[in-house]
Amino acid sequence: MTGGKEIAQALKKEVDRDYTFMHICGTHEASIARSGLRSVLPEQLKIVMGPGCPVCITPQGEIDAALELAEKDCIIATYGDLVRVPGTKGALESVGKDVKIVQGVHKAVEIAKKTDREVVFISVGFETTAPTVAATLLTQPPENFSILCCHRFVPPAMEFLLSQGEAKLDGFMLPGHVCVVAGYKEYEHFPVPQVVAGFEPDDILLGLLMLVRQVKEGRAEVENAYPRAVCRDGNPKAMAMMHRVFEPCDVEWRGFPVIPGSGLRLRKEFEQYDAQKKFAIEIRHVEKHGACICDRVLRGIADPTDCKLFGTACTPRKPVGPCMVSHEGACKIWALYNQKK
Amino acid sequence: MCIAVPAEVLEIKEGNIGVVDYGDLRQEVRLDLVDVEVGEFVLVHVGFAIQKLSREEALETRKIFAVVYAAMEE
Repeated sequence: MTGGKEIAQALKKEVDRDYTFMHICGTHEASIARSGLRSVLPEQLKIVMGPGCPVCITPQGEIDAALELAEKDCIIATYGDLVRVPGTKGALESVGKDVKIVQGVHKAVEIAKKTDREVVFISVGFETTAPTVAATLLTQPPENFSILCCHRFVPPAMEFLLSQGEAKLDGFMLPGHVCVVAGYKEYEHFPVPQVVAGFEPDDILLGLLMLVRQVKEGRAEVENAYPRAVCRDGNPKAMAMMHRVFEPCDVEWRGFPVIPGSGLRLRKEFEQYDAQKKFAIEIRHVEKHGACICDRVLRGIADPTDCKLFGTACTPRKPVGPCMVSHEGACKIWALYNQKK
Repeated sequence: MCIAVPAEVLEIKEGNIGVVDYGDLRQEVRLDLVDVEVGEFVLVHVGFAIQKLSREEALETRKIFAVVYAAMEE
């Protein structure tokens, strides 16, 4: 592979006007910040983060639903990042209820097998993660196990961003691990330059270079800069399992209105595992905290440092918004690596 | 959460469980989403193999991860 230095130099040569690209993946943001990549980019080239952190885009109403399930004395199992996201009445980790951090959904089922109590897995994540939950439900977990289904698909959110035009984007860097599973066929109809990129700084530089060249040559297609893990069809077995267990539905994302077909809900034959139905939980729309701008950060129209709370009222130790909580949240990443504009 | 790490499948047990090797750590992971054989490489995410990798690609990726971790410890 060509080294990062050569790619960075090629980029400097190519960039002749302002370009803004969006990536939709927390792991991309972490890699960009950790490697200081923005400091070697030409000034006119901007890469912004979109709604690519599953914890960040989970709206507060769903966090509140998880808290309500904890109140009902269910054992709550979920990923480490999610337990710190503030809901209306505190975060899962601080409400004094039985909350367990697990590696994945299969570990939550193991907990259910060893207890008579109800165990609810708070099931967040994109196409990368949803098939792991589908595979687990297909193994017929015990009756005292259920999930709060908070899964979402990436392409409908991209479609929304494109139709709205607020972020003025020249193209997208597609999320590598989502595409490992889902492939990139579904992105081919978007009339905008797109490149699937891996997660090393060199991968990202290469992705940016390919994006700039697409724009300059007037092309709008999906190119794959991460062929060592991604193919056009993704993992059809995983996708088939996901579609067998889940069906698309309309859901709200944090920072976005309801996006048609962007969520997943359990199909009828799996509804015994639906915690929302089992415990009659309603997911409500919650208005955001006054000064927090996580919504605008997630839409790619503000940087974390544009927020009045950043680094003062809102820090990784005492987060106000979800983007300061998650390891994949733009605010936390910028705070950790002292990223400046 | 969306991190995925390459690993080699060392053993396949009953119930779609595989013992994999990340280089210096062994762990049981679920193999429900892929069809693999012992000796093949997979990409692991939240305890599940989500895709098969070619041996060459996996070793290359693992080398890159090792370099990154070394750099982070400096």
